[in-house]
Amino acid sequence: MQRYSGFALARHALSHHENWQRQWRNPTPKKAYDVIIVGGGGHGLATAYYLAKEFGVRNVAVIEKGWLGGGNTARNTTIVRSNYLWDEAAALYEHAMKLWEGLSQDLNYNVMFSQRGVLNLGHTLQDMRDIQRRVNANRLNGIDGEVLDAAGVQEIVPILDCSKRARYPVMGASWQPRAGVARHDAVAWGYARGADALGVDILQQTEVTGLKIRDGRILGVHTNRGDIEAKTVGCVTAGNSGVLAGMAGIRLPLESHPLQALVSEPLKPILDTVVMSNHVHGYISQSDKGDLVIGAGIDGYNGYGQRGSYPTVEHTLQAIVEMFPIFSRVRMNRQWGGIVDTCPDACPILSKTPVKGLFFNCGWGTGGFKATTGSGHVFAASLAKGEMHPLAAPFSIDRFHSGALVDEHGAAGVAH
Amino acid sequence: MFHIYCPYCEEWREEEEFHARGQAHIQRPLDPETCSDEEWGDYLFFRDNPRGIHHELWVHSVGCRKFFNITRHTQSYEILETYRMGELPSVTAESVLPSAATAEASVANEKTEEVRA
Ligand SMILES: Cc1cc2nc3c(=O)[nH]c(=O)nc-3n(C[C@H](O)[C@H](O)[C@H](O)COP(=O)(O)OP(=O)(O)OC[C@H]3O[C@@H](n4cnc5c(N)ncnc54)[C@H](O)[C@@H]3O)c2cc1C
Ligand SMILES: [Zn+2]
Repeated sequence: MQRYSGFALARHALSHHENWQRQWRNPTPKKAYDVIIVGGGGHGLATAYYLAKEFGVRNVAVIEKGWLGGGNTARNTTIVRSNYLWDEAAALYEHAMKLWEGLSQDLNYNVMFSQRGVLNLGHTLQDMRDIQRRVNANRLNGIDGEVLDAAGVQEIVPILDCSKRARYPVMGASWQPRAGVARHDAVAWGYARGADALGVDILQQTEVTGLKIRDGRILGVHTNRGDIEAKTVGCVTAGNSGVLAGMAGIRLPLESHPLQALVSEPLKPILDTVVMSNHVHGYISQSDKGDLVIGAGIDGYNGYGQRGSYPTVEHTLQAIVEMFPIFSRVRMNRQWGGIVDTCPDACPILSKTPVKGLFFNCGWGTGGFKATTGSGHVFAASLAKGEMHPLAAPFSIDRFHSGALVDEHGAAGVAH
Repeated sequence: MFHIYCPYCEEWREEEEFHARGQAHIQRPLDPETCSDEEWGDYLFFRDNPRGIHHELWVHSVGCRKFFNITRHTQSYEILETYRMGELPSVTAESVLPSAATAEASVANEKTEEVRA
């Protein structure tokens, strides 16, 4: 792998930038691998990268039915934070946060991780009590956080309407300064390039159509390009996980819903942090390109259409304009949806299954982008050892029968 | 935007008058005291999530406020029927695609086993 550097940039300038190496190969599938990862989103690619880099498992294939990051990974609003309430979730997301902080260096790829801070607004007394509690819990877990009053919020975001005139006045917020955003495509590409350099085969345009199971053990996958064998298979297919599980006769406690986002025409820099409000339900940041990136809620019904409904957009924009009257004349440029797999406790599933060698990493719902690094890391460890990593263990499917749920609805950000 | 026929109001109304409440026809265990943790967990948390025909519970929340059922395709989003509580769907995955459903099942598993999550 050619490394990116200032020197390389200068050297390639001499040949008019026409000889840069391809970022990853396009190999033909082998007959067998040690590990197959189904799903070439950020989580799947990160899993493959850490498998090769940290756990020495290099005979790995990532199988992706479309193109890299074409699922939720490059459809999200790119918010990264770790201010979750419960110890189990906080530990997992903070593990991810620490990896984010060194990711560009580790991958030799600029993922544009920008720690511009995240505000979670409170509009009622109960919101403020919940914020107080969550920030206290965060601090006990070594996660940065502060409770701000309305004046403190106004200081950080002068264009936010913090007046008493608002229909749902801003009473304060939680503030995580280390949180921020990252360029989502770059995350997928950086991991793909890193994994490929370590020998991982990335098979795009390859769809898993069935799972080969005999005597309670996984043997490989059926694809539209033929059968591929592996004794360890990790499914990381987000909104399609229920479909994959069905191929193994397994039921997951997941429901797939469209979640949508939209971006405005580009504006001059006006918002240098991330503002989220659970109460009126809208979240917004400004990309480095200048467009406002706005996240909506999920559609209330199950769906596999990657678009999302109009009433949800309308509801979201009402909330945004209520918070930021200054944006009322801004034109929206594009809108799209992703399919998120929501879990009853708003937490992911990282788990073994009753089929030996078959693992699932899913259920990240509306908030898994921030976990890409940590999810990939602990899932890779689990696949390499055959036992769930301690940070992943609380997120086993068993919890829906034992009752040991990790209820993160309050910190999840998107109502579902 | 859906236009939904409320089987109680017997009128077509816009989606925003309604609220989806998840999978339809979920039976509460008759004798919860004797349920195993497995059975109780399944009842509480495990739902069908098909890429295809789905039977759903909806409520006409700002209309007559009655609950009713919808059979809907989760990929095409087509609403195939709406029917009252206590009634059974006339359109099901089997009735629409009997051959395709069985073909898919046989591709999926070389040897189908009793596996549960
Ligand atoms: C609009 C929107 C906004 C969001 N905002 C945020 C946010 O601000 N912050 C945050 O943390 N999270 C956010 N999320 C959630 C986040 O995007 C997801 O949780 C995360 O990207 C999931 O990553 P993944 O790699 O598991 O899934 P994906 O990126 O969806 O990857 C799964 C891949 O599996 C592939 N696949 C599926 N079936 C098969 C098959 N049979 N064979 C082969 N390949 C298959 C798909 O093509 C896909 O590429 C948002 C999501 C959406 C939709
Ligand atoms: Zn009605």
